[in-house]
Amino acid sequence: MLAMNYRGPKRVRIDHKPMPEILHPEDAIVRVTRSCICGSDLHLYNGNVPDTRVGTTFGHEFTGEVVEIGSEVTKVKVGDNVLVPFNIACGKCAFCRQELYGNCHESNSQATAVGAIFGYSHTAGGYDGGQAEYVRVPYANVGPTVIPEGMDLDDAVLLTDVVPTGYQAAEMAGIQPGDTVMVFGAGPVGIMAAKCAWLFGAGRVMIIDHIDYRLEFAKNYAQCEAYNFEEIGDLAVFAKKQTDSLGADVCIDAVGAEAAGNAMQTITGRKLLLQAGSATALHWAINCVKKGGIVSIVGVYGPTDNLVPIGNVLNKGLTIRANQASVKRLLPRLIEHVQNGILNPKELITHRIPLEEVAEGYRLFSAKLDNCIKPVLIPPSVKS
Amino acid sequence: MENTDFINKRGADYKHIKGWGIDADPKNDPTYPMKRRTNEEHKGYTWERPTQQAQTVEILHSIERPNLTAVFGTSVPPSGLSGMIRRMAFKKSENEYGHWLPLILADRVNVVEGVIDDFMHGTFPNIFVEKGYVAQWRHDKPGLFAKLAVVAAITAGAVFLMTRKNDDD
Repeated sequence: MLAMNYRGPKRVRIDHKPMPEILHPEDAIVRVTRSCICGSDLHLYNGNVPDTRVGTTFGHEFTGEVVEIGSEVTKVKVGDNVLVPFNIACGKCAFCRQELYGNCHESNSQATAVGAIFGYSHTAGGYDGGQAEYVRVPYANVGPTVIPEGMDLDDAVLLTDVVPTGYQAAEMAGIQPGDTVMVFGAGPVGIMAAKCAWLFGAGRVMIIDHIDYRLEFAKNYAQCEAYNFEEIGDLAVFAKKQTDSLGADVCIDAVGAEAAGNAMQTITGRKLLLQAGSATALHWAINCVKKGGIVSIVGVYGPTDNLVPIGNVLNKGLTIRANQASVKRLLPRLIEHVQNGILNPKELITHRIPLEEVAEGYRLFSAKLDNCIKPVLIPPSVKS
Repeated sequence: MENTDFINKRGADYKHIKGWGIDADPKNDPTYPMKRRTNEEHKGYTWERPTQQAQTVEILHSIERPNLTAVFGTSVPPSGLSGMIRRMAFKKSENEYGHWLPLILADRVNVVEGVIDDFMHGTFPNIFVEKGYVAQWRHDKPGLFAKLAVVAAITAGAVFLMTRKNDDD
């Protein structure tokens, strides 16, 4: 089968790889119908996630058709069209049973600090991902969800990560009616977080980035204010001026390790890898939020350390909430929102790229070419 | 005199937004637990575990847990020099730089191993294609040319320096 093949930092290609096999009674094999490139895939692509082995297939946002199931699979059957949450979760451990599906204790042997994620290095479990024609899906009784009748595949594939992650960012922010919300990062997740902030009753939503086409897109899609940090100067002063000197009620870091905007962070975090990525957005979030406010983190960082003003967290009495999205917990509500037209995820998709051109897709997305917001890979079997 | 740059703009015309406030939850303040708390973890690692996946390839596991997880990924088992470094890294916990830094080193070694492996299988890596420069050519020719110019300048500089050194000899 065709599959994306990681060869080293900023080098990927399409290759023939062996078909995945059932390795556990709860496994399913899924024929992929849609697979996205995610902003967090760029951390892998850039070589910033430890234990990313040459030969790995990335891809944690995908939909597909079940073509084979293990002997203990009862919740899906061959022929079902499913969307597959990016977390691999057993559903039985103490954490899954408390709906922390992103923190499963029975799916990632390699690390205890992160649950398992499809195609996201051996630090996240060593599973191949969905940027391929076929993929092995463990714990098929837990993750895969049958796509409701009539739902567009493009909407479904974004329910595997982008929508739940953006929604959980707003949920973790504890937004109360009338709150002023600052979202850092106008990528797909940041845009979705801004959109979802309204669902929790935000009074004002501002999104911050430095890519003009993304800000323009965010302004229209999420009906929010959009600001280019290269034009407004000191962000903390900006936030204070906008809130009568008090600070935003909540701040959301939807950027993570690839943040731009601070030379010291960029050099030490992204170029020299002396920290687990550039923590510029988190730094800003901490300094822009009000005293006693909440900082919600969904931007992904590496497993080592980052330079952030932790003293300000203490002195301002901040609450920091962060997690990988618990996709399965959120899906029922989010499917409802999509079906009722409250959320329109597929409008985020700007590029449909043949799987065979995966290398071009990564370059397009990482270099932000051709006004790319969200690229989706289409396997050849779907096209035909 | 008061600085009039500071305003209290709280938003106003937002209720036209479809779905505004439908998920508002007054209990969702920082003291309200996100998870459905059961305290099950207080009993320890005692839940009924899923069926154990058979181990058919080498899997390195964190020393912060006693066993392999019931299910695990089997892509790209450790091999070669990078595999030796990874095995060494997994003797340290996730709490140690001695775990993560060798893994990053192993990743870089693995890239070289990948190129050697390609050659051994008769494949010459097409760097232009693998780096996705086709997309750059299609959508950002000036950027691509600038990149090529920088590479050419660095190469020319290096050649010049090496040549000059030879001339000095």
